Amino acid sequence: MDLTIFLYLSSGLFLGWSLGANDAANVFGTAVASRMIKFRTAAIIITVGVIIGAVISGAGAAHTLSKLGAINALGGAFMAAFAAAAVVAWLTVLGLPVSTTQAIVGAIIGWNFFTGSATDFTVFKTICATWVLSPLLTCIFSYVIYLGVMKVLTRSKIHIIRQDAWTRMALLVAGVLGSYSLGANNIGNVMGVFIGANPFKDLDLGLFDFSGLQQLFLLGGVAISVGVFTYAKKVMLTVGSEIAPLTPVGAFVVVIATSLVLLLFASEDLEFALASMGLPTIPLVPVSSSQAVVGGVIGIGLIKNARNIKWGVVGRITWAWVQTPIVSALVCYVFLFVLQNVFGQTVYNPVEYRLSKQVLARHAEKMDVTKLDVLSDKAFPSSGKLKSAIDAALPDIDYKAELKLIDDALVEGITVDPAKFKDLEKMQVLDSEQLDALKKLSGKTFTYRWQLVQALADGTPRWQLKDKTVLNKPYNKEIQKSLDIVMDTYTPKMK
Amino acid sequence: MEKKRMRLFGTTKDVEMQFDSFLDTLSDGAISFRAGVTTYLETGSGHSDFAGKQQQIIDLEHKGDELRRLIEHQLYTLALIPDFRGDVLSMLEDLDALLNVMKENMVSIGTEAPNFPKEWHSDVHQLAEDVGSAVESAVLASRAFLRDVQSVRDHLHKVMFYEKEADKHADKLKRAIFASALPLAEKSHLRRFVDKIDQIADQAEDVADWLSIYTIKRSD
Repeated sequence: MDLTIFLYLSSGLFLGWSLGANDAANVFGTAVASRMIKFRTAAIIITVGVIIGAVISGAGAAHTLSKLGAINALGGAFMAAFAAAAVVAWLTVLGLPVSTTQAIVGAIIGWNFFTGSATDFTVFKTICATWVLSPLLTCIFSYVIYLGVMKVLTRSKIHIIRQDAWTRMALLVAGVLGSYSLGANNIGNVMGVFIGANPFKDLDLGLFDFSGLQQLFLLGGVAISVGVFTYAKKVMLTVGSEIAPLTPVGAFVVVIATSLVLLLFASEDLEFALASMGLPTIPLVPVSSSQAVVGGVIGIGLIKNARNIKWGVVGRITWAWVQTPIVSALVCYVFLFVLQNVFGQTVYNPVEYRLSKQVLARHAEKMDVTKLDVLSDKAFPSSGKLKSAIDAALPDIDYKAELKLIDDALVEGITVDPAKFKDLEKMQVLDSEQLDALKKLSGKTFTYRWQLVQALADGTPRWQLKDKTVLNKPYNKEIQKSLDIVMDTYTPKMK
Repeated sequence: MEKKRMRLFGTTKDVEMQFDSFLDTLSDGAISFRAGVTTYLETGSGHSDFAGKQQQIIDLEHKGDELRRLIEHQLYTLALIPDFRGDVLSMLEDLDALLNVMKENMVSIGTEAPNFPKEWHSDVHQLAEDVGSAVESAVLASRAFLRDVQSVRDHLHKVMFYEKEADKHADKLKRAIFASALPLAEKSHLRRFVDKIDQIADQAEDVADWLSIYTIKRSD
C-alpha cells in the first residue's frame, strides 16, 4: 500500500476537523448558547449523527463526488482541501461562522488560477447571492415564526417547566436530524476527493459488509466529530449569544426557520413534489445553513429589541463570509506554488483540449463556429489557454456556451474496458438495459467524454436525458449519476 | 430510549406538581394565619385551638422549606429553565420568606400573648384579613407567572390594594393604641404586633414588585 495516500488523506481529515468545529454551530449553536443543551451532550449527539450520516450516505452508490473532484491530481486536491481547511480553521479560532463549501469553491478557483484552467465566474455571483439571501430569508422566517409561536404559547398557558421540557425535546430532535444531514451532506466535501485513491479494502464482518468507502467516510466522520469536541463551542457561542441574546424558544425558532428556508428554497425534492401535484414551484435559490442561522438570530433580535443586536459582531461575521472564498483562493494558490516548486509534487496532471470538427459541429447551433475554424484541431494545454483563443476568435460568444464548449473539448481517450463490467454490475446501480448498451461498446475508444455519452444514449433510451423540466429533474439526475459512475470507472483515477 | 423519554416527562410533571404544592402550602399558610389570629382573639394563647393553629402554620412552614429546597435542587441539577431560573429561584425564596414571617408572627403571638382590648378585635381581625388576602394574591400572581404570564398584572394589582388596606388598618389601630389610657409599655407591645402583622403585607408587596419585573422580562 502506498503510504503517501495517508499523508494526502490528512488534509481531508483537517478539512473534516474544521468543518466539525465550524458547522456544528448551525445545528446546536443556539441550543448550547441558550443553555438548553449542554455542550457535551450536543457534541455527543453530533458525533453519533455525523458518523451515522456519513457512513450510511456513503453506502449509497448514488453518492455525488465532491466539488474538489474538478481537480485532477491528488497533490492539488490535497492542497485545495488544506487551504480551505486552514481558512475555515482560522475563522473558527476567531469564533466566526462561515461556509466550508464556499471555502472549498475558493480553493478550487485558486487551483484553476494556478493551473491556468478556465473558471466559471458565475460561481461568485451565486456565492454573493447566498450571502444576502440566506440570512435575509431566515431573518424573515424567524421573525414571523417567533411571533406566531409566542402567540400560541401565550394562549396555551403551558407551565413554564413543561414549556421548557418541550422546547428542550424539540431542540434535541432538530439537533439529531441536523447532525445526520451535516454528516450526510458534507462527507463528500471532506472525503469525496479521495474516493479514487481509497486505501481501505472491503471487510466482511459476518452480519454485514463494511466497504472500503464506508471505512473512508467513517474516518471523515470521526474527523468532523473531533472538530466538534475540540473547538466547536466558540462558534456556537458567537451564533447563539454574541449576536443577540436568545431565549430557548428563540433558539428553537432559529433552528426551525433555518431548516424551513433550506427545505423551501433549496430542496429539489419539494420542487418536484409541488410540480407533480400541478402546483406552482418555489424558485430555488442558493442558501447556506451557516449563513442562514445568523439571519435567524438577527430576526429574533429584531423582535426583542433591535438595540440588543450587536451589529459589530454581525459586521465581523459578514466580513468573514466575504473573505472566506477569496482568502481560500489566495492561500491555495500560494501553497500550490510551494508544493510544486519546493516539494516537487504534482499538483495537476497535463491535459489536452482540442476543438475537433466533431466538437465544433456539436455546438454549431449555439454559436458561429466558422469563426473558430482557425482553432480547429489545435491542441491546448489548459482550458484557460483555449478560452483565451476562443475569446480572440469569437469575442461576442455567450459565456455559458463557451464554458460548455471548453468542457466538451477536453481530450480524455476513454476505452470501454470489458474487465470493468463486473465492478459495475457489483455496484448494482445500472439497470440491465444500461449495462447491455455499455457492453455493446466493449473495447471501443472515445476521444471525448460526450462521445461516450452520445453512444450510450444511442444504444438505449435508458441512457437518454429527458427535456429539462422540473418534473424530469429527478430522472435526469439519476441518469447523470449513473453516467458519472461509468465515467469514474473508465477515466484514469486521480494520480 | 423509551424509558428515558418517560423519565424526562415524568420529571417535568414532578417538578410542576412540586411548584403547585409549594404555592398551595403558601396559600394554606395565609388561611391558617388568618384563622390563627381569629382564634387567638377569641380564645387567647393558652387554648388548645390556638395551639393547633400555631402548630399547623409551623408544619406548613417546614413543608414549604422542604418543597422549596427540592424545587431548587431540581432546577439546578436538571438545568431547567436556564433563561428564568434566577428569577424563579428568587421568587421561591421571597414566597418562602412570607411563610416564615407568618409563622414567626404566630409563634410570637403565642409566646408574648399581646393583650388587644376587645373593642379593637374587629380591626386586628380586619388587618389579618388584609394581610392574608395580600399573600393569597401574591400566590395567585406567582401561579400566573408560571402558567399565564398575561394575567399576572391582574393579581399584582390586588396585592397592592390589600397592602394599602392593611396599612390603613394598621395606622388606625396604632392611633387608637396610642390614644388609649394603656401603660406605655403595653402600647409599645401592641404597636409592635400591629407593625409585625402589617409587615407581612409589605413583604407580599415586595414579592409583587419583583414579579412585575420578572413578568416584563418574560413577556419581552
